[in-house]
Amino acid sequence: MQAPAVSRNRTRLIGPSALLPVGLLVAAVLLVAGLAASMAVGAANIHISTVVEAIFRYDASLFDHLIIRTVRLPRVIAGAMIGAGLAVAGAIMQGLTANPLASPGVLGINAGAAFAVVLGVYLLGGLPLLGYGILAISGAGAAAVIVYALGSVGRGGATPVKLTLAGVIFAMFTSAFTTAILVLDSNTFDQIRFWTVGSLAGRGWDIVLWMGPIVAVGLLGAMLLSRQITTISLGQDIAKGLGQNTALVRALAAVMVILLAGGSVAIAGPVGFVGLVIPHVVRVVCGMDYRWILPYAAVAGAMLVTLADTLGRVVQRPQEIPVGVMLAFVGAPFFIYLARWRVR
Amino acid sequence: MSIPESVKEFPRPGWVVLRARRLTLSVRLDRRVPAVVLTLALVLLAALVLSVSYGEYKIAPLDVLRAVAGMETSDPNHLLVVRGFRLPRILLALMIGAALAASGAIIQGITRNDLADPGLLGINSGAGVLVVGYLTFAARPNPALFPWLALVGALAAAGVIYALAWKRGSSSLRLILIGVGLASLGGALISYFLTKLTLFNAQQAYVWLTGSVYGSTWSEVRLMLLWLGVLLPLTFLLARQLNVLNLGDDLATSLGTRLELHRLVLIGLSAGLAAITVTVAGAIGFAGFVSPHIARRLVGPSHEGLLLCTVLVGGLLLVVADLASRWVIAPNELPIGVTTAIIGAPYFAYLLYKRGR
Repeated sequence: MQAPAVSRNRTRLIGPSALLPVGLLVAAVLLVAGLAASMAVGAANIHISTVVEAIFRYDASLFDHLIIRTVRLPRVIAGAMIGAGLAVAGAIMQGLTANPLASPGVLGINAGAAFAVVLGVYLLGGLPLLGYGILAISGAGAAAVIVYALGSVGRGGATPVKLTLAGVIFAMFTSAFTTAILVLDSNTFDQIRFWTVGSLAGRGWDIVLWMGPIVAVGLLGAMLLSRQITTISLGQDIAKGLGQNTALVRALAAVMVILLAGGSVAIAGPVGFVGLVIPHVVRVVCGMDYRWILPYAAVAGAMLVTLADTLGRVVQRPQEIPVGVMLAFVGAPFFIYLARWRVR
Repeated sequence: MSIPESVKEFPRPGWVVLRARRLTLSVRLDRRVPAVVLTLALVLLAALVLSVSYGEYKIAPLDVLRAVAGMETSDPNHLLVVRGFRLPRILLALMIGAALAASGAIIQGITRNDLADPGLLGINSGAGVLVVGYLTFAARPNPALFPWLALVGALAAAGVIYALAWKRGSSSLRLILIGVGLASLGGALISYFLTKLTLFNAQQAYVWLTGSVYGSTWSEVRLMLLWLGVLLPLTFLLARQLNVLNLGDDLATSLGTRLELHRLVLIGLSAGLAAITVTVAGAIGFAGFVSPHIARRLVGPSHEGLLLCTVLVGGLLLVVADLASRWVIAPNELPIGVTTAIIGAPYFAYLLYKRGR
């Protein structure tokens, strides 16, 4: 198993660490501007000043204000939430497992969520959006617990290698059952194929208000653990040598990953790429200290999802390309560029 | 960088060395290899006979052997059922398993990453994107083109990934990252295409993507045999190079290996082995990932014995998975891609547990 070579790269774009807070601030300002711009674009374009007005001086009698407040605002918030959530979850996973391929998918979390949702749809028939959410997050939680239990049997406890392997096996095992249901039941398949793509279309205040606190707790918890995660990312032995209770930190970090990834899957379906790509990008910018990686990842993830969602609404108007697909289109070339030029 | 597990275990007492008397040819095998290989071969043979005898129309094992040999049995239908229907599909499953397993062992060896599988070379996603995209955009799609599209897509994806990873030499980490990037791009495209298709077509495509050996023919068996006959011996010849590459680029270079050449040839072999399985049966996951792991637990990390054992494990896994996919919901059947994971995963978890103790 290899450590991520990107993180070992000593050259980083923002040199002295004094500049890191400034960079984060700039990124956050950019994110807010991006969110506003995203709200201005859609089936009908709305001027950016109207967007600002709709938020700060809301007038329910104006149609444009109504659209912004009830449709576009919750949607961009949902996008920012899943972006931040998935990126931070991915960064934690890569730090804990010391594997550049790690993302929430690797702990079996996406597979567990998908299985719960598919099983629910199969047994119960159609579901409201929130139903998908509840199933997804419970599936994700169950998956992580099982993977953790599976990965920590035997001597040595939950080492990164065993955890990763356990996660991959669990993911493949549950996906097989998911596939079996989908192959045998065309009704479930028909509903699920639209959920699987990963989309923000029609995400309103209800789901944002339900999942918002979950993702927020996950983000906060992750930030509080960032120092310990940095230590663990240096290696299990070093962390133990420094007197850290690695098992506890690992378990807590896993809880944060469940909250973040589970909440995100609940909002938009299994959206890939953010959790994989953003941590690599961020490490190039700010080195290997997770106290900086995590906040940068949150902001960058939110920016990427907002950008992808906005593009998805624009390129094929009046049709929409789901955010999951746009993310792959935007993220893959960038990721490949990164791998090509920044990896020895 | 932590030391790969395989290197830590390397100096292990008890090797069997085979030397040819005249030729400059020698093979060094782990002491466990002969017994393990013999056991696997016997189990595999039993599984094959059992699998052919099972079905809606049951045939006694002894009659199976007679029918395979072309001898008369008590029932004239036996010959048709065994040689016409069951044997081609079961042999195909066996060879697909062997090919995927060898492909997986190579890619895990080259990248030195435990999570690598043939999908990393874009085989499945390349084939899937082309086939499902063709279904989506062609006015009247012709299923006879699927195998060719799959082959082109699989090899093209592998070529693109290798080319993109090349920058004054290849690097396994770049290869992994770019492979993952392109694979997830492919995955996103496929799920998008699936939402665009009619329900019937989408489900057909989905079954194909899962992998199935339903309705296999002797011509597919011959095709597969031809490819395996060329690619597998080449792979065994390069086993030693895999051991060297597994030490890391720097050490491999200083040991005098022609790093780039060997890596290119091995990647080509891995891609070819996996691509041919995609063309005959669709994208069967898991076997390529798990078989090398199981084999490594059985005979250790040295690739000469490992490859041999991996091929047998992969073949056995798919033969058993095929039997299970016909059995669990008979008279219907599950795609073999589904049962492979359901059977392989628990066994691997058991091995993980056993070693951990």
